[in-house]
Amino acid sequence: MIYFDQVSKLYSSGQPALDSVTLSIAPKEFVSIVGHSGAGKTTLLKMLLAEECPSDGGVFFESSDIHSFKKSALNNFRRRIGTVFQDFRLLPNKTAYENIAFAMEAAGKTDEEIHSDVPHVLELVDLGDKMWNFPHELSGGEKQRVAIARAIVNQPDIIIADEPTGNLDPINTFEIVQILKKINDLGTMVILTTHNKGVVDSVGGRVVTMDGGRVIRDDKKGKYAL
Amino acid sequence: MIGTNFKRIIKSGFVSFWRNGVVSFASILVMTMTLFVLGSILFVNATLDASLSQIRDKVDINVYFVTTAPEDDIFALKSSLEALPEVADVEYVSREKALAEFTLRHQNDQLTLQALEELGENPLGANLNIKAKETSQYEGIATFLEDESALSTLDDTSIIDKVNYLQNKTAIDKLTKIVDSSEKFGFIIIAILAIASIIISFNTIRLAIYTSKDEISVMKLVGASNSYIRGPFVFEGIMYGVVAGIVTLILFYPFTVWLGPLTENFFSDINLFDYYIDKFSKIFFIVLGSGILLGAVSSYIAVWRYLKK
Repeated sequence: MIYFDQVSKLYSSGQPALDSVTLSIAPKEFVSIVGHSGAGKTTLLKMLLAEECPSDGGVFFESSDIHSFKKSALNNFRRRIGTVFQDFRLLPNKTAYENIAFAMEAAGKTDEEIHSDVPHVLELVDLGDKMWNFPHELSGGEKQRVAIARAIVNQPDIIIADEPTGNLDPINTFEIVQILKKINDLGTMVILTTHNKGVVDSVGGRVVTMDGGRVIRDDKKGKYAL
Repeated sequence: MIGTNFKRIIKSGFVSFWRNGVVSFASILVMTMTLFVLGSILFVNATLDASLSQIRDKVDINVYFVTTAPEDDIFALKSSLEALPEVADVEYVSREKALAEFTLRHQNDQLTLQALEELGENPLGANLNIKAKETSQYEGIATFLEDESALSTLDDTSIIDKVNYLQNKTAIDKLTKIVDSSEKFGFIIIAILAIASIIISFNTIRLAIYTSKDEISVMKLVGASNSYIRGPFVFEGIMYGVVAGIVTLILFYPFTVWLGPLTENFFSDINLFDYYIDKFSKIFFIVLGSGILLGAVSSYIAVWRYLKK
């Protein structure tokens, strides 16, 4: 369903951030991408979100090249992806409820759908009582759960989680991983990047290991191997 | 869907205006100053116009006729002068009126009055005061009069005694120059002030939106369309403009009350307060309109930078 075809990315420094990466990910798969900082994990995800263009090669989603999408097609594509980041990236001037509602508004959902779905998805991540809190009034774990709720509310085909546990303590890390696994069990593709050995081992799915912009290992049932 | 989006954009813009109180306050403050400068330009212009037209009013040409000139000929000349496109107004002063004015002017000067009495008859001729529409047009009128004086004759002598244009020429030329250059100078100053204040306003709004640039990238990531992201920011900009415009209009009230009598004394007959009340609807639309336009355009351009892919 997602196919990276010989993708390379060169920055002006000359050192390649990605060096002809070829990778395919099937629907409903849970893929952990591991590697040191600078291995190219985040660049790979940026390619998938079309935040950056490859210097060479192509990224395909359901057999169409996402970098050839026009603006509106790109917006539609992005609505099929839910994103979760290490730094949460919530809208600071909106409450937890409004942050999630915004993603639904952007996807053109009706007010009725928003009124019924937002409380439901917040209950799902166990934040029903913090609905009207602003991000700065929430703990790191709570912020990340709001971000996950926002990512799944439009029932995307793909969840991209870029170091989602990087800023969290072990208990919150465990909870976030459990939520991601539950989402995957319900049939959503999850792409997770992480440094955390414990996270990778507890997921127990496919592990892609990157180094220096290349894929150096791809194990069906992998462990953290760096 | 368009209606729902519009409603959401308005609501979101309003909420963000309220929650970013400090930023909104700062933007409104700067914008108020800009609108105040722009509005003041209207007042400066009105004062300048009134003063200049008063100066222009003081410039005229007088045609003095010989004492024996028949009134019919003078009236004929008057109507042909009035037919000239450059001429704004021609005033006829009869011999009797000229004498009365002369006596009035010299009422404290016994010597002159005595000399006048001894003459026994009215030594003053009738005259015409001619006012042109533009100060630069006096030369043309003077030439016309010279040709005319050759034509209108009485027993082969001209009925025109003298035209005082040549005597006044230097003064008229100087005044014409002053009027022209003060208009030009005024325009340059106004243009500089207006441009500077617009740039300052624009930069303030750009800075306000710069603080939201991460927010804009998050909005893009969740798949919001460009117009849906831009809408609330533009609406916020319009709100800055409306609030700043209203504040400016309120500030103009005490400002003109205070300045009104001053301008009336110093410059001309114009009282700025009366002008403000008189032209309120015009000033209202100009100030509020500039505010809305400035806010909307600045926000649009500022967000546009972050929406480029």
